[in-house]
Amino acid sequence: MGVEEAPSGFLLTTIEDLAGYLRKASVWPVTFGLACCAIEMMAAGASRFDLSRFGMEVFRASPRQADLMIVAGRVSQKMAPVVRQVYDQMSEPKWVLSMGVCASSGGMFNNYAIVQGVDHVVPVDIYLPGCPPRPEMLINAILGLHDHIQNAPLGVNRIEAARAAEAAAMEATPTFEMKGLLR
Amino acid sequence: MSAPTAAPHATRPAGNEDMSSTVRAFEAYGDGDWDDIAREAIGEERIVVNMGPQHPSTHGVLRLMLEIDGETVTEARAGIGYLHTGIEKNMEFRTWTQGTTFCTRMDYVAPLFQEAAYCLAVEKLLGITDDVPERANVIRVLMMELNRIASHLVCLGTGGNEMGATTVMTIGFTAREEILRLFEAVTGLRMNHAYIRPGGVAVDTPEGFTTQAREALKKVRGYLKQLGDLMLANPIFKARLTNVGVLNLSGCMALAITGPVLRSTGLPYDVRKDNPYCGYETYDFDVPTSKGADCYDRVVLRVEECYQSLKIVEQALERLDRTEGEPVMVADKKIAWPAQLAVGGDGQGNSLEHIKKIMGTSMEALIHHFKLVTEGFRVPVGQAWQTVEHPRGELGVHVVSDGGTRPYRAHFRDPSFNNLQATSVMCEGGQVADVVVAVASLDPVLGGVDR
Amino acid sequence: MSDVTPGGDQGSALTPPEGAATFEVVEVKKGMFGVQGSGDTSGYGGLVTPVAMPAASPRPYGSWFDQVVDVLAEVLADGARVGGPTYDQAVEKVVVDLHGAESPDARQVELTLHVAREHLVAVCQALRDDQDLRFELSLGVSGVHYPHDAGKELHAVYHLTSVTHSRRLRLEVAAPDADPHIPSTTSVYPANDWHERETFDFFGIVFDGHPALTRIEMPDDWVGHPQRKDYPLGGIPVEYKGATVPPPDTRRSY
Repeated sequence: MGVEEAPSGFLLTTIEDLAGYLRKASVWPVTFGLACCAIEMMAAGASRFDLSRFGMEVFRASPRQADLMIVAGRVSQKMAPVVRQVYDQMSEPKWVLSMGVCASSGGMFNNYAIVQGVDHVVPVDIYLPGCPPRPEMLINAILGLHDHIQNAPLGVNRIEAARAAEAAAMEATPTFEMKGLLR
Repeated sequence: MSAPTAAPHATRPAGNEDMSSTVRAFEAYGDGDWDDIAREAIGEERIVVNMGPQHPSTHGVLRLMLEIDGETVTEARAGIGYLHTGIEKNMEFRTWTQGTTFCTRMDYVAPLFQEAAYCLAVEKLLGITDDVPERANVIRVLMMELNRIASHLVCLGTGGNEMGATTVMTIGFTAREEILRLFEAVTGLRMNHAYIRPGGVAVDTPEGFTTQAREALKKVRGYLKQLGDLMLANPIFKARLTNVGVLNLSGCMALAITGPVLRSTGLPYDVRKDNPYCGYETYDFDVPTSKGADCYDRVVLRVEECYQSLKIVEQALERLDRTEGEPVMVADKKIAWPAQLAVGGDGQGNSLEHIKKIMGTSMEALIHHFKLVTEGFRVPVGQAWQTVEHPRGELGVHVVSDGGTRPYRAHFRDPSFNNLQATSVMCEGGQVADVVVAVASLDPVLGGVDR
Repeated sequence: MSDVTPGGDQGSALTPPEGAATFEVVEVKKGMFGVQGSGDTSGYGGLVTPVAMPAASPRPYGSWFDQVVDVLAEVLADGARVGGPTYDQAVEKVVVDLHGAESPDARQVELTLHVAREHLVAVCQALRDDQDLRFELSLGVSGVHYPHDAGKELHAVYHLTSVTHSRRLRLEVAAPDADPHIPSTTSVYPANDWHERETFDFFGIVFDGHPALTRIEMPDDWVGHPQRKDYPLGGIPVEYKGATVPPPDTRRSY
């Protein structure tokens, strides 16, 4: 079924809503806890902060069966190829949540051993700061990701959205040229 | 290595009878790929299984390379370094007080122990070991023992989870939440607190803390009992853990294994008794030991240690009540961390009294605050070594100062790093499933291993 | 760097740790804040501060230190009859750090033996095996890099613990940068296996006789030894909203 024959318009919107709802309701994370954030992630999966109310308590060990890679913790130079390999082994649709400042930007470890942000290695959908972020913060980020998944366009809309995003990024001012923001 | 055009074949080297019969050694030569030569000559395949850095049962980013013969492990190697953060080198570029924030993130399950060991070593160099106020020492002991319980709960919980018993994990983590609530009340954070500072602790315990703590301890005791009931008499648990991962006393001493693994061999070596710090000699507690030196004994031991820690915590709470209102930082204003944290209008920050004082009344306090926060205090030249009884063994800190405001070298002898050397000894000859159990009983935390 | 005469001249106002009579200068820092006694309060270059590690302590050392040193000397003397080193050949310096205590019996006092690297294994064997010494546990190897201490740049520090006698001891061994070899103690203390690998990984000290000396923390093909002082911290400047925060090792230091 090529793109031309794919649903569009009203039918596509309905499918998007349905598919988005189904996808977000049971996002299965892959066990990718690295450091301190992993302990908070485990705490989020435990009974006080219960991730299973979102259908996410099954942390799949096999990347093939998982949808979400929560990179929880600092990514060292030695671990970076492993992160990429696990990401590649996950099947579509897949999302990445970069948990904690070390995964988002290198955190307090601005040195030779840590990759300064896992977005150097895998494309990240949502960043979660914190050192470590509380389980409630993690759940907040996951709910934000659920919104993102719910509203994700499909088919023709997806191609259009991708083109629009690329055009906007090309036009946008780079962060280091934005002046006067510190006031 | 080429006998030209020889067909691959293997001979057992002569005169090797002194090698134990479990080691098979061959000499093989021929043309071609090593795999072909080995397979044809030796006649059997080597299967090497990689329990890679991403694995649900390896307790963190640990890589285990196992050579397997059927279900038996013939060789086991541990590969580490996947979490190396260069914390020790980072500390050389920050002040002495900021070092606490870094070292706390090494073994993230028991962060207060790294802080305590580091601060005790720095206090040795400063020469103020005897000047740390009693209340600060009581708080340190209290926090460390609570952290010991929390760490053992993580060990037992994740160990149970790795074997497939998820309920053990949920009970363990729920119990730990009670303790984390206490940590949050005192330090502001659930993990990686940066609370113990050279000279004392950062801020005093809040009002009503001892009442809150006593309530929480009751719940923790209840959960510990539940865990004990769930695990210790369970026949499956016992079958999986008894006679697995045995490491006797000479093995432990040769590999300098300390902590519960050493105590499970029967030797009651505990740094808190042997070389006490922070006033541990004044507390009444026992050091549990076992005889069996296998994984089951280590689990029993860890549960028993939790109960002993609860005993110490109760004594510490009494002393907290007794020393109400006393300072928690050393008296020397040129070292003592100046600010008392409080919950301000924006949810965090220094207490308004302190700000009023430094801006309004005392010039010296302002200068001290400024110098301590920007430059930090200077530590005399020399080196110091301090060990503490970490839940996983003996944590040692070697600190070298060149007289400046930054550590010249801070090295942490992490117990998990050392204890992981025992993986090969514990796993070889056993089954693959026992590898998981053995590593879980060693309880490595890869943040401490890799630093 | 050891041409500075010891004992408090030229405004060397670093208070000697008690118990150490003389200094051994390791580095001379210039242009730093925090130098007292020279009268220069400008904070700019011209300030000179020698960095001196505590030098040999005089006898008697106090507490159980004398006993350990004497027993070690005896055991080494016995070994010297069959070709081993004598005490004076093996131990270059003995330092007692009081760390602010009033008497050597206080718990924070530490004993350090500086050992010549060629005799390290003999000393370790003596310390482990003799019943009055019995330092069974070796709690690892810690490397330190003193780039200005010519001829003795790389130090390896061993901390030994005696469970039987409840004692702690430090051994320090030095090797020059040009020849960074130290004999491996894994034959005496197998526990030092991974610690020596780590010290090799981070400092480049080659431990001769180690069964498998490879990198352990850094990736196997990493170039350089990260914790040496001449290896940069490796951070990147952080740009955010028009401001740039330089990496920690290039910021101004005090």
